[in-house]
Amino acid sequence: MYAFDYVRPASLADAVKALGASEENRPLAGGQTLIPTMKQRLAMPATLIDLAGIAELKGVRRDGNAIVIGAMTTHADVAGNADVKAAIPALAALAGGIGDPHVRNSGTIGGSVANNDPAADYPAAVLALNATIITTTREIPADSYFTGMFKTALQPGELIKAIRFPIGAKAAYSKFEQRASRYALVGVFVAHTGAGVRVAVTGSGAGGVFRSAPLEAALAKGFSVDALKGAVVPSTGLLSDIHGSAEYRASVIPVIAERAVAAAR
Amino acid sequence: MPKIAMTVNGKQVSADVPANTLLVEFLRKDLMLTGTHVGCDTSQCGACVVHVNGHAIKSCTTLAVQANGASVMTIEGLAPGADLHTVQAAFKEAHALQCGYCTPGMVMAVVDMLKNNPKPTETQIRHGLSGNICRCTGYHNIVKAVQIASGQAVTA
Ligand SMILES: Cc1cc2nc3c(=O)[nH]c(=O)nc-3n(C[C@H](O)[C@H](O)[C@H](O)COP(=O)(O)OP(=O)(O)OC[C@H]3O[C@@H](n4cnc5c(N)ncnc54)[C@H](O)[C@@H]3O)c2cc1C
Ligand code: FES
Ligand code: FES
Repeated sequence: MYAFDYVRPASLADAVKALGASEENRPLAGGQTLIPTMKQRLAMPATLIDLAGIAELKGVRRDGNAIVIGAMTTHADVAGNADVKAAIPALAALAGGIGDPHVRNSGTIGGSVANNDPAADYPAAVLALNATIITTTREIPADSYFTGMFKTALQPGELIKAIRFPIGAKAAYSKFEQRASRYALVGVFVAHTGAGVRVAVTGSGAGGVFRSAPLEAALAKGFSVDALKGAVVPSTGLLSDIHGSAEYRASVIPVIAERAVAAAR
Repeated sequence: MPKIAMTVNGKQVSADVPANTLLVEFLRKDLMLTGTHVGCDTSQCGACVVHVNGHAIKSCTTLAVQANGASVMTIEGLAPGADLHTVQAAFKEAHALQCGYCTPGMVMAVVDMLKNNPKPTETQIRHGLSGNICRCTGYHNIVKAVQIASGQAVTA
């Protein structure tokens, strides 16, 4: 790999300062995306600011009617956390289905949500559950956070501190995975609350994760598998790649949505 | 150059290494612990799996500096001398290796799997091995080895 510098600050304030020192600096979380990207020189940060030394970024806490997950909490820790399993089982199950066990022991929720890979799992949960991204400068609602493929509302120098997920939705995530990478070819997260139904689709959008208006409209009439019968998802705006065409994804999305609705609890 | 110190297989080690040194390079080149393999160097194959603070991770996708202060266990540290760890013995018994290239990573992955789930079902075993690729065995004998190591009936 090319030469770079590395620091591991012990406080969030020091991390923000180190990050702000140069536009070439980048935060390092689990490294499961960033290190492979650096090996290929698709990213070439001058200094990596490792967030692993900042205690306040780690762990899960219940805060009233929400679960707050620190940015540096690993996928394995979310999957195994008793509070998450009890309050939002769909979220624990999603975390337990990311990649493989070793990726889950290193990769973090903050890294995944900051990266906004169009095939990543967490963005679907964040969007469907109407979560809030808590950063070093503000709170960003899910609906205005994901701005395109690998793009987010985060500004340079802004760090994700935690993500707050409201409790109470009847929810599930179903993923049709790409067999080699285990990323989502089509992933659908459904969430049903008193305020309505939200359906987020990952792995499929040319602009990254998105809410499906036709599926939400169908489920608003009744949150059941039957309500989805005949629902049509247009192929415009969907990804076409070696794994599947936009038309293919458009026909798979309602099927995966049915599975998610059937599993919701 | 960052100065790093960590415990590797119970021994304290320290060194000055460039920040771009991968943990697997540090283990293999600086410490000469060549049991840990590099199969792909792209986070796919799991040949490089070691334990950091008790968790299985891919050492080709971890910087040596990230493990500063940590406790690392490699395949060499599983059992003393000529002794075999239960999982190593089960791999031998079930003929769970052919060329052996994937084996150190497989064994480290299985040790972590059984720590988290001492009696995995066959499906759980296959899911648990999803981060480890073997191009020789077809996996059946590896699944058998995990069943033997966990004291369960062989179904694979
Ligand atoms: C083999 C393999 C399979 C995988 N399969 C899946 C899968 O099935 N589903 C899936 O969703 N993902 C998958 N991933 C990706 C994995 O979940 C990564 O862990 C995740 O995308 C990035 O998290 P990280 O903690 O490793 O972040 P890093 O790689 O360290 O960082 C990723 C990016 O986020 C930035 N960043 C990190 N933390 C913060 C923060 N707190 N604030 C602001 N910016 C930050 C970094 O600067 C970097 O740009 C897979 C990865 C691998 C290697
Ligand atoms: S060498 Fe690390 S995953 Fe293949
Ligand atoms: S035994 Fe040859 S790769 Fe697994």
